[in-house]
Amino acid sequence: MISKRIAAALAGATTVSLLLVACGDNGGGSKSSSSSGDSVKSLTILDYYNNDPDKSLVQKGLDSCATQLGITIQRETVPGDTLIQKVLQQASSKTLPDVLMLDNPDVQQIAATGALAPLNDLGLTGDGVIKGMVDATSYQGKLYGLAPVTNTIALFYNKDMLAEAGVQPPKTWDELKAAAKKLTKPGRYGMAFNANATYEGSWQFLPAMWTNGGDETDLTSPQVAEALQLWTDLVKSGSASKSVINWTQGDVNDQFIAGKAAMMVNGPWQIPSLNKNPKIKWDVVTFPVNKPDQTPVAPLGGEAWTVPLNKDQAKQQKAADFVKCLNSDQNELDWAKARFTIPTKTALLDQYVKEVPSMKAFTEQVKTARSRTGKLGDKWPDAAKVIYQAIQLALTGKASPQDAFKQASGG
Amino acid sequence: MVALTRTTVAGRERVRGRRRRGEDLTKLLFVLPAAVAMVALFGYPVVKNLLMSLQDYTLKTFFTGAAPWVGLQNYSTVVHDKLFADAMLNTALFTVGSIAFQFVIGLGLALFFRNRFPLGGLLRSLLLLPWLLPLIVSSATWRSILEQDSGILNRTLMGLHIVDDPVPWLNSPSVALIAVIGVNIWIGIPFNVTLLYSGLSEIPDELYEAGQLDGATGWRAFVHITWPNLRSVAGVVLMLGVVYTIKVLDIILGLTGGGPANATQTLATQSYEKSFVDFKFGQGAALSNILIAISFVFAIFYLRSTRRAVDE
Repeated sequence: MISKRIAAALAGATTVSLLLVACGDNGGGSKSSSSSGDSVKSLTILDYYNNDPDKSLVQKGLDSCATQLGITIQRETVPGDTLIQKVLQQASSKTLPDVLMLDNPDVQQIAATGALAPLNDLGLTGDGVIKGMVDATSYQGKLYGLAPVTNTIALFYNKDMLAEAGVQPPKTWDELKAAAKKLTKPGRYGMAFNANATYEGSWQFLPAMWTNGGDETDLTSPQVAEALQLWTDLVKSGSASKSVINWTQGDVNDQFIAGKAAMMVNGPWQIPSLNKNPKIKWDVVTFPVNKPDQTPVAPLGGEAWTVPLNKDQAKQQKAADFVKCLNSDQNELDWAKARFTIPTKTALLDQYVKEVPSMKAFTEQVKTARSRTGKLGDKWPDAAKVIYQAIQLALTGKASPQDAFKQASGG
Repeated sequence: MVALTRTTVAGRERVRGRRRRGEDLTKLLFVLPAAVAMVALFGYPVVKNLLMSLQDYTLKTFFTGAAPWVGLQNYSTVVHDKLFADAMLNTALFTVGSIAFQFVIGLGLALFFRNRFPLGGLLRSLLLLPWLLPLIVSSATWRSILEQDSGILNRTLMGLHIVDDPVPWLNSPSVALIAVIGVNIWIGIPFNVTLLYSGLSEIPDELYEAGQLDGATGWRAFVHITWPNLRSVAGVVLMLGVVYTIKVLDIILGLTGGGPANATQTLATQSYEKSFVDFKFGQGAALSNILIAISFVFAIFYLRSTRRAVDE
């Protein structure tokens, strides 16, 4: 009787620890390591495109490369926010896949652990690829991943609402603030963006911060504070909802679709859901600049394909060949067109815009875009955390935009 | 003859000894499954968590297996973190606030349902609903209810002219914790009602009848009959409530993610963030051990109170 009670009490007390040790060593699938020499027949693949249409569109590209290399593939998809945990599980049980997809800002962090094979040694290069993306997928001078397609964020606007209010798509921050104010009326905000306390909130802040010359290596600079002032002004003036501090990018898109926001910061992956609502007439422009002589600088998104280290040399080489195939001109264009993303090879951009004119603003923005991990490498998450905490402090009025970054990074 | 007897006795003793050893073995075998389960499901995680909190356990550890020993450094890092004091205070407010209201409302409803009336049973089982919903669903639903501009709560309050401006339930650092506690109270009421109701139905009706003769009705009956008889059940409910509430994570993550501006960070959300956002598993483990230690104090209270109840 007593022991049962002890068990019950202990159960209550230890649930937290169970939770934290939950990522133990019960890795998923086992992989055969019997094949050797040229007889590599199949590759295992892990990615996070677990929802259609992306899931099946990616599958098409994977299948066509498998056919070209004469192999079969076993693909596993997991939800985006569980990918890293899955990778950690597999790493500790030595069951990492042959080909692994990673979100580009994570590549350096994983490469730093020594889990990935340097692709230069396996006959791959980043020649012709946008510099920002090569920065993101390289670690200590070596290339660890290649991203066939990329994305970024820009300013979506509702054409009907702007026309009705007689407002031109804003080109400068002053125009943005004026337009947002004019477009705001009961039940509708002029502007929507995501400023939540996650890396997503930092990502949405980067166009303003980078365009204004701010830099993650010095977050206490006046340029960064001015960018935060823009976010604060938009919320304080009532042109953007106070709820932006809780919204995800999906929430922002929902607001836009529901007609509750006339403009929003978002990425091209929202286009399929926007197109499902033909009543919404939208267009995209590059993110506005603070001073006329600035050029918009936005962050690069998109996923890179990597090759985890493998004792089976033949298999590792085959996996690298597979990644090479995924980054062929043909596949880059196929995926870009089907999935509203942008090819990463500079030479393909003009042809792409000609074929998909609706992606013009995003493609323009990609040409000057930077990667999040380009300067700080695997220290980026620390900076990103300071950024989103500073945004939260400023938007809730707990600190002025000038003090917010100092307060968020101090101690 | 003598020799023979001796061997027989010795043999009999040996048999008895063997039988006793067999009995012991059988007892052991009966205990073994439970012991293995305890060690595997409770012992291992606790020990592993303790070890982890003394190591520099990071992303790299998963790939290389190397986790350098750092002694108590993780503990001193998390305790000196600028958010630690806030997280402690929030955890205390969250736990005390949740438990107090859950218990009082739960007790009120339990007393109410003790009166038999038509559809009472149906209503009582409907009350279990919040408990049956997955927490992620509840928190997503509450998030939309509490939305500042279009949430149904603010719309209703403004429609009834109770407030003039929308309340920033989840958007203001000074209100968010109250909103989160409110949702947690809603979730915890069924647990309290169910246990307290069963405690109430254990109290024999004769006591009330006898009390009535002595003039103990209403409030006096509650103070002199209901409460003394309910005390041990109430103790259990409160202790379990504390242990369950102190570690609440999913509701807070679903509603605010610890924000706005860290206003709803508790030890549990901080522990989660250290481990699964920052990938500093050693620090996350240190925080969760602090949490376990606090829960353990309450668990000991709980054990002592139930043991006293058994002894009585």
